[in-house]
Amino acid sequence: MTSPLEQKKIKITGPSMVTANRTWDGIVIYRTADQGWSAELADAAIVRTSDEARALLTEAIADDVGAIGAYIAPVEIQDSGKIAPGNLREQIRSEGLTIELPVPA
Amino acid sequence: MYAYDELDRTLINERVSEFRDQVKRRLSGELTEDEFKMLRLQNGVYLQLHAYMFRVAIPYGTLSSKQLRRLAHVARRYDRGYGHFTTRQNIQYNWIKLADLPDALADLAEVGIHAMQTSGNNTRNVTSDQWAGVAPGEIEDPRIWSELLRQYTTLHPEFSFLPRKFKFAITASEHDRAAIKVHDIGLRLLKNADGETGFEVLVGGGLGRTPFIGKTIKPFVHGRDLLSYVEAILRVYNQYGRRDNIYKARIKILVHELGIEKFAKEVDEEWKLMGDSALTLDNSVVEEVRSRFSYPAYEKLPHMPDELKQAAHDPLFERWRKNSVTPHKVQGYSIVTLSLKPVGGPPGDATADQMDAIADLADKYSFGEIRVGHEQNLALPHVAKRDLPALWKALDRIGVATPNVNLVTDIIACPGLDYCSLANARSIPIAQELTRRFSNHDTASLIGRLHINISGCINACGHHHVGHIGILGVEKNNEEYYQITIGGRADENAEVGTLIGPAVPYAEVADVIEDIVEAYLALRDRPEELFVDTVKRLGVEPFKERVYATR
Repeated sequence: MTSPLEQKKIKITGPSMVTANRTWDGIVIYRTADQGWSAELADAAIVRTSDEARALLTEAIADDVGAIGAYIAPVEIQDSGKIAPGNLREQIRSEGLTIELPVPA
Repeated sequence: MYAYDELDRTLINERVSEFRDQVKRRLSGELTEDEFKMLRLQNGVYLQLHAYMFRVAIPYGTLSSKQLRRLAHVARRYDRGYGHFTTRQNIQYNWIKLADLPDALADLAEVGIHAMQTSGNNTRNVTSDQWAGVAPGEIEDPRIWSELLRQYTTLHPEFSFLPRKFKFAITASEHDRAAIKVHDIGLRLLKNADGETGFEVLVGGGLGRTPFIGKTIKPFVHGRDLLSYVEAILRVYNQYGRRDNIYKARIKILVHELGIEKFAKEVDEEWKLMGDSALTLDNSVVEEVRSRFSYPAYEKLPHMPDELKQAAHDPLFERWRKNSVTPHKVQGYSIVTLSLKPVGGPPGDATADQMDAIADLADKYSFGEIRVGHEQNLALPHVAKRDLPALWKALDRIGVATPNVNLVTDIIACPGLDYCSLANARSIPIAQELTRRFSNHDTASLIGRLHINISGCINACGHHHVGHIGILGVEKNNEEYYQITIGGRADENAEVGTLIGPAVPYAEVADVIEDIVEAYLALRDRPEELFVDTVKRLGVEPFKERVYATR
């Protein structure tokens, strides 16, 4: 999973969303269609072209107080319409670690 | 233990106040993330996949029981009840909130702990042998000099904006437990013919994208000149180190590109210009620092107490003792390593409850002192041999008596893709699977000393280059693959391992490691020949054949 920190060009090949971490506590958040943020991937605004992605990212980055480290990431739209993470990195960010925590949450 | 003075306490407290103000301004929007990023990094605060990560320094790996309890308190109150001990004598918390960080730092400051310079392009935590001051045969306690370097480099304005991060490690023993050859500056404490203390100075070691073993730049620098010589090195690096390319910014690249002779010449010229400066260490300064280290009032104890003779009948105790207990410089005492590598567990993690319990055991059995090693284990450095049976039972109850120190399941691993925003692949599940595969103690003992190191990306936080077996996670077509190297080592004979062939997918890693170990058992010329020595003797080919013949 090439780190999105190395993301330089904006070129998407499928449905994508914009994700970041919330500034005050660092939790994973997703940019929504109503120009806000949600902790649920299901609420993420989905973009399908590079121009849409660039616009959504620009808007997300503008919220410097609310969010940190915004980037574009792939998603999969399942037959049921459910939004699923598009790679392992986003799966881990969305669903949590693939290992048990030393102290159960 | 080192006792902080008023100056240290003031510095730490002022730093907390400063950071509290910076966080407040960040949360209000007065500071942008671009403005704040460097400030948080200089206080050990990273942004990882799920949350902020907070890295706290444990200078030269020495902790008091009071400090360990405070680390447990921070884990419990501000995080998720555990911490992760790293390969550079730090502890990391993975879930901390930015808004809570000033309070966490203030709580740590009360016991003399801080997070200054645990990140950023400055001089990082000065590390040392975790057995410093207690190892038999040690020339003298290297922590005196570690502390001098710590004081000298902390918040030093000239070293706060280096081309890239900069790491020191010091040892005073023949056997290097501090991995000095893979640090930007490695120092090996020596005595000259007149019995005066000095250092062999190595420079340009490091791992990451471009691994190098450090080269000796000066075979002996007198102790009084340590700071001035180190400053000369840092000045040359500051002047010529590359700031245009992050991948070429470490001092190892500068040393490699200039060549050690030319680099040494530049340093010598700079050093001469500095002359006899305020940096020349007066003996009274060294002695002042030395006097602030307190040592236990050891009792006069027998070499083999009755308690130990009786416990020797218990095979489980004996198994642990032979693996995890090592000789101490004082008769009747031992150094006890506490394995943070339980079968199926994440390497280096300790829960707050474990930390509290270890602190209590340190008070009861180790003069209130705990050590943190770069192999991601802890140690109790002053245990009377008569107490070993009782200590073993207590350690076993809290899950830190797995008798696997230096064995195949004593794996060093970075947090990997489960936590880290830089990672390409997971490290911890690979380590967990390997500990399950090799969980049989008799098998692990038969294999003998074997260090497996795992990194989830080329930044090499798991030191894979210098693992006897190194595992590096890479990405191929959006899938996790792992490159395997063998023959690396981080000790006094440090070497970078050799890649054995194409990367293998996640699901095959444990099988491949089993193949390599089986090949070693068949190839070694006697049971005492370590894995790394067999690789040295035969090269990688026989291992490569074994791994790839059927793949």
